Amino acid sequence: MRFASPRQTVASIDETEGVGLIITEPEDLWHANNLIAIGDTVYAPTNRKVATETLTGSTFTQKVRIELAVKVTDTSFDPRASELRVAGTIVNENEIAAVGQYHTITLKHTDRDIKFTIWKEQGWDSVARALLAEAVSETANKDVVFAVVMQEGMANLCLITESRTLVKQRIEHTIPKKRSSRKEAEGGMSDFYGKILSAILSAIDFNERSGIPKQLLLASPGFVAHNFRDYMKEYAEKKANKPLARLATEAAVIHTSTGHVHSLNEVLKSPEAQRTMRDSKFTNETKLMDNFYQKLRQDDGRAWYGVQPVAKAIREGAVGRGGGVLMVNSAFFKSMDVAERQKYVALVDKVREDGGDVRLLSSDHESGQRLDALGGICALLTYPLHDLDEEDEEEDASAAGTTII
Amino acid sequence: MSRHRAIRNLDYEEVLDEYEVDLQEEEENRLLMEQGVVDVRSALDTEASKVTKEQIEEALWHYYFDVDKSVTYLTNKFINRPAPKAPKPATQKPTGKYLTPATATISCEFEDSSDWAENNRHGLGGRCSSQTGSRQDDVGFWVSGSCPSYPLPQASLPALFHDMPWGNIPKDRESVLIPPVVPRSRCGLLGGTGAAPKMTKLQALAAARKKKAQEKSSEQEVEQTRAQMTGLSVNSSSTEKENMPLSGAFSKRLKTSSSTAQGRVPIIPTEPRSESEQQSANPITKEPEVVEEPAQARPVKKAQPSAFAQTLFSSHTPTITIRQDVVTLGLAPSVLEAFSKPSPDDIVLAAQAKAGKKPPAGQSKKSKSSNTDSLSSSVSELKIDDTPLPKSRNINVLSEFEKSTKKKSASFVVVGHVDAGKSTMMGRLLLDLGVVDQRTVEKLRKEAHTIGKSSFALAWVLDQGSEERTRGVTIDIATNRFETETTAFTILDAPGHRDFIPNMIAGASQADFAVLVIDASTGAFESGLKGQTKEHSLLLRSMGVARIIVAVNKLDMVNWSQERFDEIKNQVSGFLSATGFQKMNIAFVPVSGLHGDNMVKRSENPAVGWYTGPTLIEELERSEPSARATKKPLRVNISEVFRTQQSQATVSGRVDAGSLQMGDAVLVQPATEKAFIKSILVDEAPADWAVAGQSVVLHLSHIDPMHVKSGDIICDPNKPIPKDKTFTLKALAFDFLMPMQVDVHRGRLHSAGKIIAMPALLDKTTGGVKKKNPRLVKPGEVARVRVELDDQVPLEAGQRVVLRSGGETIAAGLLE
Repeated sequence: MRFASPRQTVASIDETEGVGLIITEPEDLWHANNLIAIGDTVYAPTNRKVATETLTGSTFTQKVRIELAVKVTDTSFDPRASELRVAGTIVNENEIAAVGQYHTITLKHTDRDIKFTIWKEQGWDSVARALLAEAVSETANKDVVFAVVMQEGMANLCLITESRTLVKQRIEHTIPKKRSSRKEAEGGMSDFYGKILSAILSAIDFNERSGIPKQLLLASPGFVAHNFRDYMKEYAEKKANKPLARLATEAAVIHTSTGHVHSLNEVLKSPEAQRTMRDSKFTNETKLMDNFYQKLRQDDGRAWYGVQPVAKAIREGAVGRGGGVLMVNSAFFKSMDVAERQKYVALVDKVREDGGDVRLLSSDHESGQRLDALGGICALLTYPLHDLDEEDEEEDASAAGTTII
Repeated sequence: MSRHRAIRNLDYEEVLDEYEVDLQEEEENRLLMEQGVVDVRSALDTEASKVTKEQIEEALWHYYFDVDKSVTYLTNKFINRPAPKAPKPATQKPTGKYLTPATATISCEFEDSSDWAENNRHGLGGRCSSQTGSRQDDVGFWVSGSCPSYPLPQASLPALFHDMPWGNIPKDRESVLIPPVVPRSRCGLLGGTGAAPKMTKLQALAAARKKKAQEKSSEQEVEQTRAQMTGLSVNSSSTEKENMPLSGAFSKRLKTSSSTAQGRVPIIPTEPRSESEQQSANPITKEPEVVEEPAQARPVKKAQPSAFAQTLFSSHTPTITIRQDVVTLGLAPSVLEAFSKPSPDDIVLAAQAKAGKKPPAGQSKKSKSSNTDSLSSSVSELKIDDTPLPKSRNINVLSEFEKSTKKKSASFVVVGHVDAGKSTMMGRLLLDLGVVDQRTVEKLRKEAHTIGKSSFALAWVLDQGSEERTRGVTIDIATNRFETETTAFTILDAPGHRDFIPNMIAGASQADFAVLVIDASTGAFESGLKGQTKEHSLLLRSMGVARIIVAVNKLDMVNWSQERFDEIKNQVSGFLSATGFQKMNIAFVPVSGLHGDNMVKRSENPAVGWYTGPTLIEELERSEPSARATKKPLRVNISEVFRTQQSQATVSGRVDAGSLQMGDAVLVQPATEKAFIKSILVDEAPADWAVAGQSVVLHLSHIDPMHVKSGDIICDPNKPIPKDKTFTLKALAFDFLMPMQVDVHRGRLHSAGKIIAMPALLDKTTGGVKKKNPRLVKPGEVARVRVELDDQVPLEAGQRVVLRSGGETIAAGLLE
């Protein structure tokens, strides 16, 4: 994603100004989804169906390409199709639709660059600027990594990009066990491998150099991943598929405890994965989360999660210079009411002010999902604080139903 | 049929053919006639009054509208010389020829029965209109019943029928029988107007005819007529051959016969019912005396086939022709049944027939049937046969179970650290008990030797997967059975490797008690205690296994040192009681799994003389199987799903609660699919019923195998197990618990989920709430934990669930 105007920079944005952005790759839509919050105004080219009534009373509809501005009421992002649908009420005067009517703008990546403009309802605050900066930054490491997390009878095909983890496909296959003849069980295994391989083949475009992932990570408990790599090599040799053979030879086999998607964190932690994806955003985030869990286990009062304890710690200035890290789910800033959002923005600003680090984690990533489990917010404190949750209980008693976690 | 009659008919046909031309020209002629009369009158001028109009017309007709010649003739004949009375006027001539073909034929042949004339009048009327109405689509109808006044189409039959979907005629192609608007007068020119199908009338006709036939059955004449009819029907069945390219030499004769048939048998192809009734009225058995040619004799037995049947079965499908005979003779309804049983079409047709509709494709079959009622009844039988439900014997399973003098059965799981020798020990046990013979073991030993793993030979008795053999580890639970004098045992040999703990959990969930194998050799015991020895015992306890036999294995490696044994005994028993096992439920046996010492037989090695306790097998026999929840609603935990010849969905598992018997309807959760129990195997032997605690193999029917997965639960459809995505668990933490992602294990079930809340920390002894919403649950604490799963899973209060994360068991507990 880049700015529509070449002179525009993140720093020079005026609070109330609209920012024109151009979608240059499918990944941008994910950023746009993070950026567009409910209440914002989005101006973009779109198609609108216009029904016309003739003099005789018959009607016909026509698709009209028009630029419309909508005040956003809802967004939905389809990661597989890389399509972002922005729904809202029309706010600009135009020839075909009345102001106030509902309209959904579908943003997607096409050959032509698509320009859209965003006006933030509450102005460009620090969080919005951070998201924007991330969106327009030229990330050096755009390579995708393909990971297959599997166990006997189940496999998850995951595509890991700079900003998110996408579960491309989930494969389930019943493998006849020992009771039936051995031959059948082995046949069942190779059927299962065949299924995984065909899913990989359909997910990777081997004709285009850039389509081939930098690395393939095969992860499983036991010997499944290992055997699958052998199967893949054999298949590539039989079909004389050189790119596949190379991919198979270079594929890293990683040990995980299960084949479920959440075992992906074990994959990302592994030295094999670290080698390929050193310093990428998500490996850092994974490390950070691991660090947090470790601190939490130590129970020394330096790791806290949940809105109230974290807010309290921040108010006390415990999340600051020298190891203070605040981790917040980026979804917090997306679809929350104004007061809530401002509260979180204030927390973020406070941490920044104190010299602490702020990470906005996306729940589209494995680390973000772990953060979600913790209630979407957690913090590593610079110094230990105890009994941050004591008060909570009282608060909880008064306001039952508010979830801390 | 007599030849002269055929010839007579042939003449008629030719004559009638002529008329058709007249009919078409009539209108034209009339116009010409009128014009001619005017012309002649004007030519005759004054003399015109001397001749009548009729005379002019006749003259014109005679000279075929040649006005000059007519005038000359009239002048000579009437004006110059008075003439006698004019002959039949020309215009009436065609009218005179309007004798309908049917009437003509009948007057020649049916002197005996005026009813026939009447019937045929209707029949033919129906025919004619149907011809005109459906000439394009239903050519087939009028091949067989072709009307003499209309020459048959000359195209060959295969060509005509090339696009006919035999036996499955679309509704839009069905012929519609249209009643004659004006029954007789304009026979040839009636259009196929859209009148309603004349079903009822035709049925009435058939019924009337049947009645008539019965009344006159005693009369010889009628007998002959009938005989002719049967003959005719034969011929008409072969009529279509006339249009077939092969028919050649026969065509002439057949054609004549077909014309006979037309006069007599109104074939109503689209109304099989009436036809079959008509057929049943005919004394079929009489035909042999009438039929002259043996070639024709057999087909005569057939019921009158419909037009469709004739074309369908003429020469291409001799087998079906035979079937026609069988069915017609009513010899074997079973034959019909067997033939049509697998066809879903037939069932549909039957349903239609029962509903009083016209089955489009059922014609051929139905017209062959001599009795419609029997057919429909047999078809309804078919319908039942198609969905045979396993018959329940309605056994009172519980009383049977109490009565049964079977040995007590018990299952035990063999656990321990990897390479403790679990599989080898069980292999030795099976060998010593004679379940596996020495030859098999020798064979395995040879195989093992070739890949340099000869010490694994005994383990290979249980580890049968090639992966397991080449890698030398057990991967999945291996089940095996043996019996002692008092008990039938099921061995569940669990894998020791930490990657396969889910499989071990699956095994433990099926076990009554456990055998913990400990490697006594130096260093191995210590690493095991830190490793899976510990984790397995924790899991056993949390899965509800109360009794544990500790087999201290590989003592031969340390020269049967009693000190080592005691050291291990002390450490392990301390650890086990800390885990929650009661002292009285823990037993220790020093064994050598590889050599079999103290397993089945007491060791003869003098070095083991210090041990006087029971052998392993004696310890096993001491075990009392745990109490069984036989009276609770049925729950079967599926551990494996596979295919067998009996059923595509064969499951194995353990009956956790309740009882079941053959023929029971059950529900598979979470798919919520109903299935029936086709047959049951208990301990690999066929059984009629099974109760809680038994390991069973169930052959399920009426369910798609895709709905059955390992980890699912088979339950009573009346008291199904609920399924849900979230559940609350009273959990004992083995590690720090916080809101995190976890793997949820329940028997074979292995599902991903996460802890979404921890509402309370509980007091270990009293169960009271110690702290609300703890931030963290430390190892050893008991807490109420709320877990959300990715998918819906059958769960019920009281089930034992294990939570794991990152390859470690972090908590286990009971569902609330």
